[in-house]
Amino acid sequence: MRAVALRDRSIAARACGAALAATLALVAAGCGGGTEDAAAPPAPIDSPVDAAAAGRVIGRVTLEGTPPAAEVINRRADPYCEELGEARTETYMVSRSGALQNVFIFVKDGLGDLHFPIPTEPVVLDQRGCTYVPRVFGIQAGQALDIFNSDDTLHNVHAAPELNREFNRGQGLQGMRHTHVFTTPEVMVPFQCDVHDWMHAWVGVLDHPFHATTAADGTFAIDGLPPGTYTIEAWHEELGPLTRTVTIEPTAEIETSFTFTM
Amino acid sequence: MLHRYAILVATATAVLIFAGGLVTSTGSGLSVPDWPNTYGWFMFSFPLDKMVGGIRFEHTHRLIASTVGFLILVQAVWLRLAEPRAWVRRLGYVALAAVVAQGVLGGITVLWFLPTPVSVAHASLAQIVFCLTVSIALVTSRGWADAYGTSAPASNDAIMRRLAGGLVALVYTQIVVGAVMRHTGAGLAIPDFPLAFGALLPPQWDAGIAVHFAHRVGALLVSLTALALGGHVLAHHRARRELRRPAVLLLVLVAAQVTLGAYTVLSGKHYIINSLHVVTGATVLVTSVVIALRVFRGTFPEAAGLDAAGAGRTDAAYAPEAGARA
Repeated sequence: MRAVALRDRSIAARACGAALAATLALVAAGCGGGTEDAAAPPAPIDSPVDAAAAGRVIGRVTLEGTPPAAEVINRRADPYCEELGEARTETYMVSRSGALQNVFIFVKDGLGDLHFPIPTEPVVLDQRGCTYVPRVFGIQAGQALDIFNSDDTLHNVHAAPELNREFNRGQGLQGMRHTHVFTTPEVMVPFQCDVHDWMHAWVGVLDHPFHATTAADGTFAIDGLPPGTYTIEAWHEELGPLTRTVTIEPTAEIETSFTFTM
Repeated sequence: MLHRYAILVATATAVLIFAGGLVTSTGSGLSVPDWPNTYGWFMFSFPLDKMVGGIRFEHTHRLIASTVGFLILVQAVWLRLAEPRAWVRRLGYVALAAVVAQGVLGGITVLWFLPTPVSVAHASLAQIVFCLTVSIALVTSRGWADAYGTSAPASNDAIMRRLAGGLVALVYTQIVVGAVMRHTGAGLAIPDFPLAFGALLPPQWDAGIAVHFAHRVGALLVSLTALALGGHVLAHHRARRELRRPAVLLLVLVAAQVTLGAYTVLSGKHYIINSLHVVTGATVLVTSVVIALRVFRGTFPEAAGLDAAGAGRTDAAYAPEAGARA
């Protein structure tokens, strides 16, 4: 009987050991997150663009087809947000004429090895009315992003990039600010608030300043482009990317439009 | 009294697992970015009026976890002071170490943005903590002390030993696969049930579909093994109340669990259904552990007067309070 008892306990001990070893292996495999990107500020440089010869790209983005109707967001999880009044989903911001808002337009290719100065003015992302303002925007790698909480409730600012460093900061009080600098170009980096699961924003991180976001009438303008041939991309959070190729002559204004279909 | 306290601890652990299920099911795991503090507040002084949105689930989970940790600490001390069997005292220490490790894993997974391996480890270790607390509750019971009033230990039945031991391993593996599916977002990788994309086998495969399908195959294996064990108990050990009752409970729980799993898919992962699926799976596991421990009861030291109790204590001192039969 003693031999049986010892054998069974030995089997049980081995089983427990295997379970704990498997757990530790899982933890070990998970190590490696949380690395910090180097954040050393680059040396200032002058713009390589001759302002007298620079051109401009303008255009309009439209949507063909009928998008899903904007739905009322259930914000009962936070009384503060609920008391602000009804809010609707902003995935498809489409006018009656089909103009599509919140499309990120940027130069994807064609700038070669040009390097551009990093703006000293920070870009602002605000949490206001239990939503991100703006929802879609661009920034230059190395440029400061100031994230504010203008709401009298808690938000967490959770950016989940693939190339840059992920971060998740709590802003428990109204008026709090967090400054972040993305170091690597990446289109797009998603933001979300895990407290309020309807809050989403996207930022396009570029190594140049040539980007825009469509307005309510679907229009956009990218100024100051040096003469050349460029691939312009339009990105929408649900509809994905569309690209166009344009050639800019000195001081010229080129019009190009994008039409998403669904 | 110790036995009743151990039941309280085990029950609290089940509640904790349900609360943890709610955190994942609602996607609230990162709604509190810091740990062990909450938005800079000491955990227990975080204002109630600030528990909004996802914070309600994550912070409540942390509070329950802290409470369970404290209950297990008290249990370990209590066992140290009052339990004559050395291996049961050690079980208390192991439970304490496991719940501390579990808390640390919970913190790490938040600070590292929910890496899948750590989150899966957190979910898997939770099941071990639950098994330990239920085991402590079982072995401190009067029924365990009396060896369930039988002189014919079920451990003589080789088929039942294999079925009981095998079921524990199978259910635990199934839960780990479920945790992988859950933490890789593959819960709806196969969107229909009982078929997979309208067929018996998925017509296309990727990692998400594979882990989801493995979980379904695991459910089938667990169900068949539970049926075999339950059927064997009812056919050959019907008179053994301590086996018959958990065997029937096991069959009911497995049926409920399969139903919940199906409804989780069909409801598009409704967070309540999803969380009930998590905690019912844990209950299936501990029920199979209880059956296995009772099947192997005759091999435990005190049954043969073999316990090498430390601190001068002997088996003679091992006499659980009356009325604590379980």
